Amino acid sequence: MSSIHVPTRTQGLFRLPRMSGWQISTSLICLLVLVPLTTLFLSFLHPEKEIWEHILQTMMSRLLINSVLMVTGVALCTGILGVSLAWLTGVCEFPGRRFFSWALLLPMAMPTYVLAFVWMGLLDFPGPLQSALRQLFGTEFRLPEFRSLAGVIQTMTLALYPYVYLLAKNGFATQGARAMEAAKTLGCSQTQALFRVALPMAWPWIAGGVLLVVMESLADFGAVSIFNFDTFTTAIYKAWFGFFSLSAAAQLSTVLILLVFLIMELDKRSRKKRRFYQAERQQTKAPRIKLPMHLQCVASTCCTLILLLAFGLPLSQLLYWAVQIFEQEFGSRYLYLLVHSASLAAIAAVIIVFLAFVLAYTSRRHPVGITQWFIHIATLGYGLPGTVLAVGIYIPMAGLDNLLISLQDKVLGSSTSLLQGTVLVMLLAYTVRFLAAGFKAVDSGMHRVTPSIDEAARLMGMRGPKILMKIHLPIIKGGALTALTMVFVDVMKEMPITLMTRPFGWDTLAVKIFELTSEGEWERAAIPALFLVVTGLLPIIFFMRKSES
Amino acid sequence: MDSKVLTENIPAQLRDPENRWFGLSKRARTIVYSTDRVKAEELSSYQDLASAKWEGRLLLRTSKKVYNQSLVAMLIGEHGATKTKSIVQGWVKNLAAQPFSSDTKLMEGILAGQGDVGVVNTYYYGRLLKKNPDLKLALFWADQDSDGVHVNVSGGGVTTHANNPQAAQRLLEWLSSAEAQNLFADTNMEYPVNPKVKPATEVAAWGTFKASSMNIAKAGELQGEAIMLMDRAEYR
Repeated sequence: MSSIHVPTRTQGLFRLPRMSGWQISTSLICLLVLVPLTTLFLSFLHPEKEIWEHILQTMMSRLLINSVLMVTGVALCTGILGVSLAWLTGVCEFPGRRFFSWALLLPMAMPTYVLAFVWMGLLDFPGPLQSALRQLFGTEFRLPEFRSLAGVIQTMTLALYPYVYLLAKNGFATQGARAMEAAKTLGCSQTQALFRVALPMAWPWIAGGVLLVVMESLADFGAVSIFNFDTFTTAIYKAWFGFFSLSAAAQLSTVLILLVFLIMELDKRSRKKRRFYQAERQQTKAPRIKLPMHLQCVASTCCTLILLLAFGLPLSQLLYWAVQIFEQEFGSRYLYLLVHSASLAAIAAVIIVFLAFVLAYTSRRHPVGITQWFIHIATLGYGLPGTVLAVGIYIPMAGLDNLLISLQDKVLGSSTSLLQGTVLVMLLAYTVRFLAAGFKAVDSGMHRVTPSIDEAARLMGMRGPKILMKIHLPIIKGGALTALTMVFVDVMKEMPITLMTRPFGWDTLAVKIFELTSEGEWERAAIPALFLVVTGLLPIIFFMRKSES
Repeated sequence: MDSKVLTENIPAQLRDPENRWFGLSKRARTIVYSTDRVKAEELSSYQDLASAKWEGRLLLRTSKKVYNQSLVAMLIGEHGATKTKSIVQGWVKNLAAQPFSSDTKLMEGILAGQGDVGVVNTYYYGRLLKKNPDLKLALFWADQDSDGVHVNVSGGGVTTHANNPQAAQRLLEWLSSAEAQNLFADTNMEYPVNPKVKPATEVAAWGTFKASSMNIAKAGELQGEAIMLMDRAEYR
């Protein structure tokens, strides 16, 4: 008797009435995504015509052009940088390779908006570099304006390339030696083999990494605000807090959502055309390519340079600023901010990992059919930018709150607001946004629980709940811990949701950074930024230790 | 809210006409200039910053900041939309650099020679002056021959579903009193709203000025229009 219920295709589609508890829970989790999405699209029923027309006339084309150029630029640059670094550290041999192999992940600890204000401080007109150059070459000397598309792309590339790097390296690592050897016996040179075999074979990983980067850059709010570079996220913020029009904010959000769906579709197509088969499971590990001497030097220099630009230099600058200002700036209020950030992150992490577990378990019990669609929808949130979710969740919650207030008025004769002033809106938005990250980690742990383990347990006389508690949970503990850490750090860094929906008195480190950088106080912003960088290092260290053992 | 204390302590143009909210400190937004490259006589008004003599010399903060939105709202209230639009277009034409994300960076830009004049809230100037007493920047009170300097407020009100409205009202009343006004305004180098209270000495040293008499609520009403106008003038 198999414990896994496998519905046939027709069953999955047409036999709706009898759903298991797992399936019902999963469809409820889907609502967390579907309700905000529906709300946003429904905003077109009650448009604020004047504002929307103004947006269409004066802003829309620039927003689209800015977003498309930014995303294309960042995708290309992170793609080239990430893949080259992955090829060097994953396949070649040169001095320092073992060190760079993990060190090149360190920039992941730097939130994009932190890198943005550090680089702004270094490269802007009054900054040290341009001042020195003016001293050397006279007061008329000008570098190209850093507050520009090029500046945004540079900053985002340095902050986000590790996603591509990490995934591409996995892609190269799992290829094994055979395919490259075969290519070479067929007369390909080393370079030809790289472009015709290794890169195409690693494509799903590379595309996956670039997709993550694209989603991150489209969702970014903090960095583009520092650059005063208009994208949909800043426009949504402006519609809400400048025009005070939630409906215009919602309408702008739908455009961004369509853009996200379009990119997801493009990604799917780019993978669909290719099919990948591996003839044997256990492949011989490829010997590393020993680079000629001069290329070894180039490789070491490039890796050092990237590491310096993306991590070493910014971290030193942050430390320098923080030390300079520490005595006058630091106080107990930072501890409050830290407590807020950490407690929100912890609560969100627990909720998310719990829900991720429900999803992963459902996925295991119902591996085909409509349930998989539910899970797909429930984890769409990673593509939905924080600004969009803030609007999409705030509107229905405010509606619900007003309903509750009028009910209280009728029943009790007096009323207080129950929902808007609570952290509930924030937590729901975090949950939608980061559920995919949690799900992936928990689900990959769940895959290690093979059906035969279940069968063995049943043979030993164990029943459902006991199997779950005694066998499944211990096995997936590692995956759950990874998920907790990742979500914790993501929520700590989260800016737009917190900024737009926090109740009074719930400022976090990220919100403080927004406030300080929007006043140009880079030095003071260094202190909360360092807290975040240190927290961001946790999962990297975690990951490193895991890959070493 | 019906409070005699508040209506007596706070001038009418700095509170809501229906007394739903009250300004508690004034923030003046005026012209700042490089003492090296500009003479005070060359300056006159916000409108003048749009004239050709400032081409390639003006620095502004982003139009996304509410301070600029209410400044332009005030200009619309005073000059009408058509004239205001040509003023804003003139500013954009005169810009020496992309708009800044902050007043502080704008002033650092003037110090570094990126531009010669700008528009800032005075307390940001005060903060820089505290760090560097020999600052080569000075404030100029704009529009003294016409409608007066643009002022904004930080203030307070009581929400409809507040749990303890009486205590909230007493807090606001206290904040408008002579005792609290200095505490409230001086910490950030702003101006007290209560006319009986004098600003801090360091703030008073920047001189006295005529402030715009337009009600702040009007600037609030015109804010949406101001943003749209700035969008159309391509002021980012």
